[in-house]
Amino acid sequence: MTKFNAWNVFKNGLNGQTGWSRQWRDPEPKSSYDAVIVGGGLHGLATAYYLAKNHNMHNIAVLEKGWIGGGNAGRNTTIVRSNYMMPGNREFYEHTLQLWENLSHDLNYNVMFSQRAHVVLIHSPGALDAYARRYNTMKLTGSDGELWSLEKLKKKIPHLNYDNGRFPILGAIVQPRAGNARHDSAVWGYARAADSLGVDILQNCEVTGITRKNGSIESLQTTRGNIKGKKIGFAVAGHTSVLWQMAELGNLPIESHKLQAFVTEAVKPLLDCVLIFGPGGAAHFYISQSDKGSMVFGGELDWYKSYAQRGNLPTVKENGECAMAIMPCLGKLRLLRHWAGVMDMSMDGSFFMCKTPLDNLYLNAGWNYGGFKASPASGWYFADLIANERPHKVIENHNLERFEKGINLDERGIGPDPKMHG
Amino acid sequence: MILIKCPYCGERDHSEFSYGGDASIVYPSLDAPQEEWVKAIFFRENIKGIQKETWQHINGCRMWLEVESSTITHEITSVKPCHKNLQKVIDN
Repeated sequence: MTKFNAWNVFKNGLNGQTGWSRQWRDPEPKSSYDAVIVGGGLHGLATAYYLAKNHNMHNIAVLEKGWIGGGNAGRNTTIVRSNYMMPGNREFYEHTLQLWENLSHDLNYNVMFSQRAHVVLIHSPGALDAYARRYNTMKLTGSDGELWSLEKLKKKIPHLNYDNGRFPILGAIVQPRAGNARHDSAVWGYARAADSLGVDILQNCEVTGITRKNGSIESLQTTRGNIKGKKIGFAVAGHTSVLWQMAELGNLPIESHKLQAFVTEAVKPLLDCVLIFGPGGAAHFYISQSDKGSMVFGGELDWYKSYAQRGNLPTVKENGECAMAIMPCLGKLRLLRHWAGVMDMSMDGSFFMCKTPLDNLYLNAGWNYGGFKASPASGWYFADLIANERPHKVIENHNLERFEKGINLDERGIGPDPKMHG
Repeated sequence: MILIKCPYCGERDHSEFSYGGDASIVYPSLDAPQEEWVKAIFFRENIKGIQKETWQHINGCRMWLEVESSTITHEITSVKPCHKNLQKVIDN
């Protein structure tokens, strides 16, 4: 693999860009590996990368049913933040933000991480109190947060609808270190970096069957033949239940729902932060501007359970209404694309990263809305779990038994209704 | 747009309805062991294919409906009132 550096860019500029090697190999599957990660998304690839980098394991395969970047890695809205409050979650997400801060250097791949601030609008005194409490709690574990007065907000983002009678803006709660990254770069960067450490990335390799023996998984049947793994990790959020039932493990505290996202035509620089309209007392809507200039936004789930990667019209309308309510200047923009991603919505809105009833199987699932930002720490802690066969202290409650113990990591305090954990 | 055929009002856009949740859940008796309650409240089959869910015709007759639909295609195969005896009343 040719390293990206100033000298190589210069050299290849002179020789017609002929000196670059391919980003990752396309190997034939071996019959067995020390670790097999099912799911070649951000989480699976990050897991393989940290297994190789932090735990010196190199005989690893990542199985991807489609192509790298074709699943939820290419279907998110690229927001990175660490404004979580529950114990475990806030350490985890702060760690992920720190990993993002150095990810481009670590992977030798520009993930275009832009710490442009995550600005949540506040619409009621109650929301202000709740958010002040949340951001003060976050500070205990080293995350950053600021409360912006209406005056300051008007100075920073002058073109919001401040004359909104239904949802008056009282100010904003802000995480300055949060921002956006480029989703394709992140998944390609992890794939390339994992591959360079010896990881086999097997695309078009869908798991079609699972053979169990003596309380562990003996082999995986795939569209590219049988593959054995001493340790096996599932990282297929969206379809976790399907794989779980293939292993005859029964039900999970997860429902699959679809979340839509939208992209407009490109415009000149209009919004230099991630803007959130709603959790502070109104609807649920987030918007940012991509480096190409498109406005990227999304909001609520489509409410009903679905494995279809396409959304429905009432949600399109609702998102359009939210956009107009907060930034009326968007009214003349046309939508270029909208799509839906299938996500594991868990019973308390938090993820699962744990050992399973099978000895050599490890689970990484239940990412709700938070999968993209989580991916670096997800890979980091999942690799730690697989290598050391015990959960790190940070994720010790992120298991399937937490509900029967009465431990709900419910950030929104909404209860066991997966569709509500947006 | 999904069309739901309400037994009382007829075929309407799903934007008139509010999604409830998984209709296959059977709650155990009040004195059942805790494990059974944990399973009923927190664990889901999460079927990829035909499954049952509840919807309420919130902007119509407000009836709760049991809808059988596919989570792959969104195609609806059956709609009936959640209340067992309500269909008879409507038919009369």
